[in-house]
Parts: sequence; C-alpha cells; structure tokens
Amino acid sequence: MSETATPSFPKHLLDFRDWNRRQVESLLETAQMMQEVLARPVKKVPALTGFTVATVFFEPSTRTRISFELAARRMSADVVSFSGTTSSTVKGETYRDTLRTLDQMGIDAYILRTDAAGVPHQAHRWLRKPVINAGDGWRAHPTQALLDAFTLREKLGSLEGKKIAIVGDILHSRVARSNAELLPLLGATVVACGPATLLPGSLPGATLTTHLREALHEADAVMVLRLQKERMEKGLLPSLPEYIAAYQITHERLGWARPGAPLLHPGPMNRDVELEGTLADSPQSLVERQVANGQAVRMAVLYHVLVGKS
Amino acid sequence: MKGEILIKNVKLVDGRGLHGRADVLIGEGRILSLSGGEAQTEMDATGMILSPGFFDPHAHLREPGQEVKEDLQSGLTAAARGGYTDVVSMPNTSPVVDSAEIVAALKKKAAQIGRARLHPAAALTQGQEGKALSEAHLLRAAGAIMLTDDGRTNEDAGVLAQGLLYAASWGLVVAVHAEDAGLRRSGVMNEGEVSFRLGLPGNTSYAESARIARDLEVVRYVLDRLTAKAPPDRLLHIQHLSTKRGLELIRQAKQEGLPVTTEVGPHHLTLTDEALNGLNPLYKVAPPLRTQRDVEALIEGLLDGSINCIGTDHAPHTADEKALDLLRAPFGIPSLEVCWPLLYTELVEKRGFPLEVLVARFTDGPRRILGLPPLHLEEGAEASLVLWDPNTQRPVELQTFASKARFSPWAGWALQGWPVCTWVEGRMVFGAMENEGVG
Repeated sequence: MSETATPSFPKHLLDFRDWNRRQVESLLETAQMMQEVLARPVKKVPALTGFTVATVFFEPSTRTRISFELAARRMSADVVSFSGTTSSTVKGETYRDTLRTLDQMGIDAYILRTDAAGVPHQAHRWLRKPVINAGDGWRAHPTQALLDAFTLREKLGSLEGKKIAIVGDILHSRVARSNAELLPLLGATVVACGPATLLPGSLPGATLTTHLREALHEADAVMVLRLQKERMEKGLLPSLPEYIAAYQITHERLGWARPGAPLLHPGPMNRDVELEGTLADSPQSLVERQVANGQAVRMAVLYHVLVGKS
Repeated sequence: MKGEILIKNVKLVDGRGLHGRADVLIGEGRILSLSGGEAQTEMDATGMILSPGFFDPHAHLREPGQEVKEDLQSGLTAAARGGYTDVVSMPNTSPVVDSAEIVAALKKKAAQIGRARLHPAAALTQGQEGKALSEAHLLRAAGAIMLTDDGRTNEDAGVLAQGLLYAASWGLVVAVHAEDAGLRRSGVMNEGEVSFRLGLPGNTSYAESARIARDLEVVRYVLDRLTAKAPPDRLLHIQHLSTKRGLELIRQAKQEGLPVTTEVGPHHLTLTDEALNGLNPLYKVAPPLRTQRDVEALIEGLLDGSINCIGTDHAPHTADEKALDLLRAPFGIPSLEVCWPLLYTELVEKRGFPLEVLVARFTDGPRRILGLPPLHLEEGAEASLVLWDPNTQRPVELQTFASKARFSPWAGWALQGWPVCTWVEGRMVFGAMENEGVG
C-alpha cells in the first residue's frame, strides 16, 4: 500500500502488517466522526443500510461482541450472530465448514473471534469477503489497539515521541502484540514489561523488560493487561501474591510514570490482581472511556471495510 | 544372454559416483550388463539418469486404521512415483504396529499391491506407550526392519536404554523422535522471532538438542552394558533432524565413534519458519520448520556425511484436518512424490550440491542404517532402479498425486529431476506413461 493523500484500504482488518500511518490516521478520523454520531440523541446513521454483518465467535466474549453488534446496528447494518465452541470444531465441524455455510446466506462481512492464531487469515483466504479480526489467540486484536490509540490521542494529543508502557502477561497477549504493531505506526515507543516467563523472546515494535520501574520511568501512559489465573497452573508463575508484589500497578507505582499518566486496561479487569482495585476508578483511569470509544472505532472499521474511503 | 529390457544411452549415477553412459540390460530381476545386449523391449534414455532405487527410512502410510489419510495402495504407489523402491512405514497407526501378526499382514498386503516394497518399522514399546518392550525377536522374524515409538517421544530414558539393549541383541536399530516433551510444550512452530511476532506457541530448538544430548548419553550407557564382543555399528537412529545444535551433537558423537545415525527431511532442507507468516497450517510439522541458519547447517551436514540419509517423514492427513486452525491442525507434510525432484532442484541445480552425494543419501545412506548392503549399478546387482529426467522442468501439481494427501508446501514449485520409471527387481512399478491412471 503506497502512502497517498487519499489512501485506499485493505478490505479487511486482520492485523496491521499491511497498514500504514496514513491509513490508520484516516481511520481514527472516521472514528472521531462516529464519536459525534454517538453523541446525538438519535445514535443511528444509514451508512451500512442493506449490508449484513456476521459476528462469528468461537471463543466467548460478551463485551467485544456487544460492542461490534451495536456498532453495526448504529450504522443500520443487519447483524447475525454465530456462537461456536472449540469442541464443535474438534468434533469435525471445521471453521471452514461453518464459515462456508454462513457464506451461502449472503453475509457481507465477518467479525471473527477465535482462540487460535491465524483463523481470520484462513477465513479471508476461504471466503474472499471482508474479515475483521475480533481477536485470534495470542496474536492480534486490532480493534482493541485502535480504540487504545484513539483513547490515548484523545488524552495525550499526538502520540509522536510518547512512551507507552504495557505491563503484564505479554507473551500470551494479543492486545500487547497489536499495540506493539499499531502504536509505533503513530510515532509512539512501546515498552512491554512482565515476569520473564511471560515475556516473548522478542517483540517487533516494542522493547522488553522485566523491570517495572524501568518500564514506567517517563511513561506517558500505562496499559495494564489481565492476568490469567491459568498461568500459575501451567507453571509459568509461582503465585498470585508473588505477581502482585512484583508487578501490580498501584497508586504508588503509577507515580513512577510521568505525572498524571493515564491508565488503560482492555478489560475485563481482575481488580487487586494486575492493578490496585481503586485505581480503576481514579481520575487517571481511562478504562470506561476505552469501552465507549470502542464502539466508535468499530463503526469506523466496519465503514472502511464495507464501503471504503469516505 | 537375452534380457527383458534394455535402457539405452543412459547416464549412471549411484552412491559411489558418476559413471558416464551405458546401455543397461535388465533380466531375471538383475542388471545383466552395462554394455548392451538383446532384450524384449528397448527404451532410449538419452538425457536421462539411472540410479539405484531410492529408500525412504521414514514414511507414515497410515495403515492400519487411518486409511482416510493414506493406505498401502496409495502410499506405495506415491512412493514408486517418487522413485522409491523401498519404504519404511512408521508404526503409529491404529492399532499400533506392535505385533508380529500386524507386521506380517502389512508385508503380505504390500507384496500383493506390487509397487514400492514395504519394510514395516514396529513399535519399540507395546502400544507405543513407553512402558513394556515390544517383542523385538518376533517382530524381526515377521519382517520388521526397525523399532521406533515415532509419533511419540521416549520420555523415560530407562525404557529407552532397555529397548536399545534388547533391540541390539536382535540386530535392530532403534529410531527416536528426539524432542523433549517438557521443553517443546504445546509448541506448534519453531520458537523464535517469528513465533513471538505471530503469537503462536513456540517449540524451542533446544527441545531437540537437549533430547539428543540425553539420548547420546543413553547410548554410551548401553554400549557399556552390551555383552557382545564387538559393539554394533548402528544402534540409535535420530529421526528428522531439524536443528544446527542437534547436528553438532551428532557430528561430535560420530567422531567419537558412537553408533548413531540420523536423517533429514525435505522440508527441513527447503523451508523455514518464515513460511508460517501466512498463518497456514500447511506448514505445521513436528519438529517444526526452523531458521535459515539451521537449513544451511543441515545442508552442510548432509554433504559431510554427519547426516546419513534423507527421510521424507511423509505425513499425510486429510485436507479437512489441515484446514483446522494452527493449534488443532495435525502436524505433518507429505513428500514422497516430490522429495527427489525437490532436492535435486534445490540442492544440486541451485546450489551445486554434488549429485552423487545426494544419490548416496537416498540409497546407500538409508540402507546402511537398516543394516542392508549398498546397492550399486553393476553387473549382477539387483535391478531396483529409478530412471529420472534431470532436464525437464515441471511444476508440482497436486492433482497428479497418488497420495491421498493432495496438499503440499511445494505446490507450483517448478522442479527438475522427475522420476520417469521405477523398477523393483526388474519389474516396472512406475512408468511415466501411466501418469493418467495411477493407483
């Protein structure tokens, strides 16, 4: 994709490997317009009238799904939902069969969530229809990263030269991976921090550290990730108290970042695990703002993949 | 002396080297003459090369029990089309090949099919469960050529030691899938920059090298325990080597004289973990595709003899299985039909790898690890041969596969060196003329 004044867009959002800065900025500008729509008494525009969008979730996620479905409805698209379980795929009904069945019903775009990396790419090959990745395994969650970027820009202005710290289980985090791809496109530097056993050996777009103070030092914003309890069962962490002692983001530790540095969390939160519970409700927390912005960003994404450049 | 077929004006290449042109007369299952003679049929093989039949020490033919993926008919036909006269089938079937009855039944059925010859490997442990030893003596008597729990890893070093000790007394080599299950965890691809970037569970190269290091110590222990006067010249065979570090350990062990052999597969010589960037389970294989650094080392090891032979690890699955996601799709790449032209093109044509060395790694190399004498192109030798065409370039076309597994990482690759005819003991088991109606 060349950088032009009026960028064309990939007709899908799988990850940010084929996106450039101009495209991302244009998409965030569209999200800004959608934000204005959402501020109106009647929160609905006819932009996607006649389009049918399917949310196909092979992994449960109420929040992301509702956000996408509301986004589609507010643009007058018809929405259908498919909930699969991984057990049904193991028993023989493949993702491919499921998606091809749906495709016979005239779906215009797919919003896909799976526990395995790569399924949105596979679906894109099978269907030749717009596919929006709503989270695939540990790999990517591009609309989360877009809403994070949107929320950060709302608070910090331009992200050029800004340092964003991401703290937690980086290894298994699609949110961390997508932010490490996206935020540098907008000029930010990303530091990813967590216990050694929960850090990848490398992460393009981010520097890695096990030292929380170093990660937070001069950070303009701090993004905290959910800690999955199964990490203890898999032998990657000794205990929750150990994690809390070393990596929990507290009021005090947030002070290691720049004064007033905002706090983000992709949700759902484990209060008093990855962050001190009351911190989520403090003025520095952008957690609720992230959720609100998620809808505007997803409206913009749907608009871009279905009808292209405004 | 009148023969059955005369292959005229053909170049000869076997494990000893290149021998120039000859008119090869075949009859009674043997090479009767290299200087012509009278025959019932003649073929002009100008521009083509004749080599001893290829021998694959490692293929999954899936029979019994997994015929939806492959069976003896399709697998041995695919082998013959790939220039193979002999195939060692892996025992991780359903049921596991761990009894003399199953070995004998497989041998009998393969003989009736009459394509490439089958040499079943049998399980090292009953049910491949890694506990009780299988009946090595009875299995060998029924025709088993190797013992292995391939498909699984031998986690218990004590069981492996007893298995090696016992198998050695019956002259059977033990082959191991050398990966430490704890280190590889649930990895679905090589652990490294690409897996970290893609967010896929990684399988570290140290899972292989750590297991090889342990197994070499087990071999030393077994040698100490052996009561035979002369130590065996082959004891442990390490399958599908994929790492530079693993190769270094084996090379060093061989220099010390340990009776250890190894093989490498076509995928580990031609592909890297970068292939996973497209997030396609086609490239999911165990051990996983590694890095260019490993590929270069493995080619070097193949050249200097640290790696004894090519083993395809032909691993057919159904297309539906390979269309699962990267966590759930099964491991494996089928390659019996493309292995020779692939490596001839990629190594000999593109890199100048010595042809006679590659031929040796497809023929004498695997024969040696199995305790068989070399097979060379000389009067009186068994006429198990492959005639192949080094010049004509043709893309890999899945619809021509005799294998049931019609998927390939090399689909569309333009290759040279395609087999034209394959003979087993003078009997044609593949001829390019039957391209239209295989199997």
